[in-house]
Amino acid sequence: MSERSPATQRSSSPQTWIDHPLVQLTLVRVREFTREPEAVFWALFFPILITAGLGVAFRSRPAEVLKVAASSPAIVQALRQEPTLDVAERPGPEALTLLRTGKVALVAEPGPAGTVLYRYDDTNPEGRTARMLADRAVQRAAGRADPVPTADEILREPGSRYIDFLVPGLVGLGIMSNTLWGLGFSIVDSRRRKLTKRLIATPMSRTYYLLSYLVWRMIVLVVEVGVPIGFGALAFGVPVRGSLLDLTILCVLASLAFSALALLIASRARTIEAVSGLMNLAQVPMWILSGVFFSAQRFPDVVQPFISALPLTALIDALRAHMLQGAGLSELAPQLAVLGAWLVVCFTLALKFFRWR
Amino acid sequence: MAAPSSTPALRVANLRKAYKDVVAVAGIDLDVRAGECFGLLGPNGAGKTTTIEICEGLTAPDSGDVEVLGLRWSSDAQKLRQRLGIQLQETQLSDKLTVFETLRLFRSFFERGPAPTDVLALVQLEEKRDARVSALSGGQKQRLALACALVGDPDLLFLDEPTTGLDPQARRQLWDLIEEFKKAGRTILLTTHYMDEAEQLCDTLAIMDHGKVIARGTPAELIASIGADHLVELSTATRGRAVDLDAMRRIAGVREVRGDDGLLTIHAAGLHQALPAVLDELHRQDITLTELSTHSATLEDVFVSLTGRHLRDE
Repeated sequence: MSERSPATQRSSSPQTWIDHPLVQLTLVRVREFTREPEAVFWALFFPILITAGLGVAFRSRPAEVLKVAASSPAIVQALRQEPTLDVAERPGPEALTLLRTGKVALVAEPGPAGTVLYRYDDTNPEGRTARMLADRAVQRAAGRADPVPTADEILREPGSRYIDFLVPGLVGLGIMSNTLWGLGFSIVDSRRRKLTKRLIATPMSRTYYLLSYLVWRMIVLVVEVGVPIGFGALAFGVPVRGSLLDLTILCVLASLAFSALALLIASRARTIEAVSGLMNLAQVPMWILSGVFFSAQRFPDVVQPFISALPLTALIDALRAHMLQGAGLSELAPQLAVLGAWLVVCFTLALKFFRWR
Repeated sequence: MAAPSSTPALRVANLRKAYKDVVAVAGIDLDVRAGECFGLLGPNGAGKTTTIEICEGLTAPDSGDVEVLGLRWSSDAQKLRQRLGIQLQETQLSDKLTVFETLRLFRSFFERGPAPTDVLALVQLEEKRDARVSALSGGQKQRLALACALVGDPDLLFLDEPTTGLDPQARRQLWDLIEEFKKAGRTILLTTHYMDEAEQLCDTLAIMDHGKVIARGTPAELIASIGADHLVELSTATRGRAVDLDAMRRIAGVREVRGDDGLLTIHAAGLHQALPAVLDELHRQDITLTELSTHSATLEDVFVSLTGRHLRDE
């Protein structure tokens, strides 16, 4: 090789696809993520842990046996005829203590003139069930006969259990929090280090810079959605009844919408503390209202339009409809429209407000 | 390839910039010729960084005209970015990337330029090629920052305080690199508050203070402008008696005398004649010397004689 001064040479090194600025910027995102083991843990294994934990806690159990207490041997004997009641014989005051501390759902004791007195809390579903079962046992023991014979057929179908409700909620929550925290921190850290300013001092395209974050999220999305859904399917048989293509389109749109929201939230902040506060402010309403762990229908009717307009509500509703009922894109149109609106509005505002230096 | 030295690489006219109520740049003019190393020298807060960042197109001036390589930021920003190499004062490159990955990233933004490996060799970081940025020393980080400014093979290189915070050995190493680029005919605009750095590296200097250029010229011209080539510093045991400064000022070759509590600073031209005469005069006044030192006049002395303050005064 001939001796030459690199300071004066004007060589153009061969450009392969990997030297495209968008590829290089995306590689930065990927490297910064994978070289931070904690980030990988929280993004990927945390959803598995929470799914496993809650799945075990709320697993379908055989029909529950209710604990009750009674103070007279006659009543105890009558109640023991009912197999779904676990009856303890206790003197009156002790039985009351058990009831007050929640150890039993109901106390039965003899009342005046051959009556039976049930003590229970009528706001507790277990108390009401115990009342019905106990009364049936007491009446049958006293000779009541059912006029119509009945038979039971038990049906426990995947898709209607709590775990089936939970997994789509966790997938949606995962997309939201990973996207918001991942993008927000990375953007603000780069701004804080004056790295963003250094980059815009080069001919780098600002569009590529922002796009690299979106591409990175698309890559992570595969794992972010695949891991909890795959785990749910393998461990608990949670169904995915809609088409894989529809699921992909839904998740990509949702990821883009949350990325745009993250860009907007991080568009001005100069410190990690500032962006953390804003991230929490944006996420807390959705953690509470969007129906991750319980149905959003429980909130009053007046706030329902607001709840439906939240991007996380739209995503989780659409995921549940897709996975559990096999809904296609046309049935998910309202939720897709909500996500699309968040994407367009947030991205437009983020471009306008973004602080580059 | 080298542009004729008559075309200015950078022309700045009547530049002004104020932040809220602080005036950072108060009307300055600069002309940087192609192929020269032009230095902005001044204390912290003099407006050097604001000036260089306006030239880099990162800050918009309140008023004034900036022409870089014959182009303007308002109309040719993209074209200009391809031709400039920029090192900012306080960039922290991504800690988790390796040296080579960082350079390759910056190289991807430019249409032309040397291969990252060649630039790596240039700044002598080959053995750190696969080291994480977080594992580099201050001097190595600064050399990497310089390499990032060079990957686009720039026609004009901006260096903002390139050696601030480095130990003497790392500074000297960076100076050697900058000297190499100068020899290769590159145009450089650098800011510094180190007078030795300005003297060593710059062909032309503008001394800045409070947002204004208070003197300009080659380092030699600036030093000559104080009319003395040497400074003599004397400590005396005066035992309460003041030295007769006027008598000292009448000595041939003595340009200026400043006395302060037994400490005398004398600006002198023709030290070989002035110094014996000064010593004779002190003997005549019956003043006992406790210390004597002389040094050649420096840019620091220029700054002191212009402002009455030292460059490094906080």
